[in-house]
Amino acid sequence: MRGLKKILLYTLLTGAAITFIYPFFWMIMASLSPEADISSLVLFPSKLTFSNYSTMVSKIPIGRALFNSLFVSSINTGLSLIFSSMVGYALSRMEFKGRNLIFMIIIFTMTLPFQITLIPNYIIMVKLNWVDTYLSLTVPFLINTFAILMFRQAFKSLPQALIDAARIDGCGELRIIFFILWPNIKPTIITVGILAFMGSWNEVLWPLIVIREEQFMTLPQLVTLFVVGGRAESQLGVKLASAVFLAAPIIIAYLFFQKHFIQSMASTGLKD
Amino acid sequence: MMSNTRKKIMPYVMVSPYLVHLLVFTTFPVIFSLILTFHKWNIIGPMEWVEFGNWKRLFYDRLFWISILNTFKFLSIHIPLQIIIALALAEFLNQNIRLKGFFRAAFFMPVVVSGVVVTILWQQLFSFENGVLNRFLVSLGFGKVGWLIDPDIAMVSIAVMATWKNLGLYVILFLVGLQTVPKQYYEAADLDGASHWQKFIKITVPMINPTMFMVVILSTIGGFSLFIEPYIMTGGGPLNSTLSAVLYIYKQAFQYYHMGYSATLGVFFAFLIVLVVIVQKRYIEKDI
Repeated sequence: MRGLKKILLYTLLTGAAITFIYPFFWMIMASLSPEADISSLVLFPSKLTFSNYSTMVSKIPIGRALFNSLFVSSINTGLSLIFSSMVGYALSRMEFKGRNLIFMIIIFTMTLPFQITLIPNYIIMVKLNWVDTYLSLTVPFLINTFAILMFRQAFKSLPQALIDAARIDGCGELRIIFFILWPNIKPTIITVGILAFMGSWNEVLWPLIVIREEQFMTLPQLVTLFVVGGRAESQLGVKLASAVFLAAPIIIAYLFFQKHFIQSMASTGLKD
Repeated sequence: MMSNTRKKIMPYVMVSPYLVHLLVFTTFPVIFSLILTFHKWNIIGPMEWVEFGNWKRLFYDRLFWISILNTFKFLSIHIPLQIIIALALAEFLNQNIRLKGFFRAAFFMPVVVSGVVVTILWQQLFSFENGVLNRFLVSLGFGKVGWLIDPDIAMVSIAVMATWKNLGLYVILFLVGLQTVPKQYYEAADLDGASHWQKFIKITVPMINPTMFMVVILSTIGGFSLFIEPYIMTGGGPLNSTLSAVLYIYKQAFQYYHMGYSATLGVFFAFLIVLVVIVQKRYIEKDI
């Protein structure tokens, strides 16, 4: 009985794992197979070819889009880490009038659905002349309320003696945050960093709205418009090649830092 | 030593990036949104005051209500399916088994990948003529299913795909929740001769209510922002059966340049979301 139960358990889990892995496997194989093979592809194509990828490269500026995505995501991650640390530090370690009010505003704005600010934010971009510039892809994302709360929590847990000692040595507040406290909250930095990077890398609605010129398009946006816009000329292989190209950087990062990814994403739910 | 005034100003300097961001990208947009709901504006010409014109139009806009209904249809399939499968998989993983890390990593893979990738991939799996799913059904002797071309099924297909994409995250959240249930509870139940199923229903499910609540809220908010999946897969068709509310708002704004009307839809929809979340909070969240 116990043995039978175990077998059933493993069968179910393996079945589930296949359901999650096989589609990715199929996608990669299909992107490497001749167009005629895809409609009958189950496991491996009759012959491997990179023609889908070369067609993709010749049709869309995918290298440029990869650069844009890396550039925008790195800026957003780096600067939001810095700004959120500063705000989180002030909210947890400094006394000033309005501190609790700001904290309450943060909690309140987190409950605000983005659908209400979407259209006006687009209008702001138009009025600032930021449409079709990197500014529209970065500036609105430099502050992240979730990150502020994470840093506030992390700084709160550190001993006051650490800060006092640094002050006696004549450290300014910014030096204290980035040189004394940061080394002590590495898990939080990793979590916030991964979430910010992934969020920025995978964002597609906002770029679709504020970027029209191909040279500023992010990778997910370019791939979306390529697939929807008909330039892929309904060639499945080429569409799938662009999807693989878009997935590859994150999947590679995931294979290396799998534990960190899972922990970071799980912490989005553990809040409040 | 820092001078006293500098010491006083420093905290405000440090929170200033947040305050500027709040004013420019949240406070102003919310107020401006409310103003826009009373105007007609194509963003190029001058704004035109239309009183309650946009609101009246909203109430008679059949397509908007269809899009709301579609969104709720999506949620009503997506959330229960997600909870049942994720909880089952988490419960399996919580047993004493090998390869736990591998299974967890496999389930989690679609979570990290862009929704664009998942949608392009599933568009092929769902393809009517030669999609992997229909080929599989045919090989088993069944007929083909019009996953994305049958108006009755298309939204169900999208909900299944979204479940596949997000499931891993909820498995992890449930797994964390399961591990918070004190072992003594199960030991006491064992003494009373309770079966595995009884323990699961009487102890586990009530004990993980906070996780359950969080999963419902997270997938509700996620579901209400359904956009890129129908945008890529179906464009809202067939027969508007997969037109989601956000997709409709997007179309009003960026295909027809009805900024005032689109903002009205956004405001209304945002209120609806908050309302639904409040109702869920009331009925699902329980004190233990």
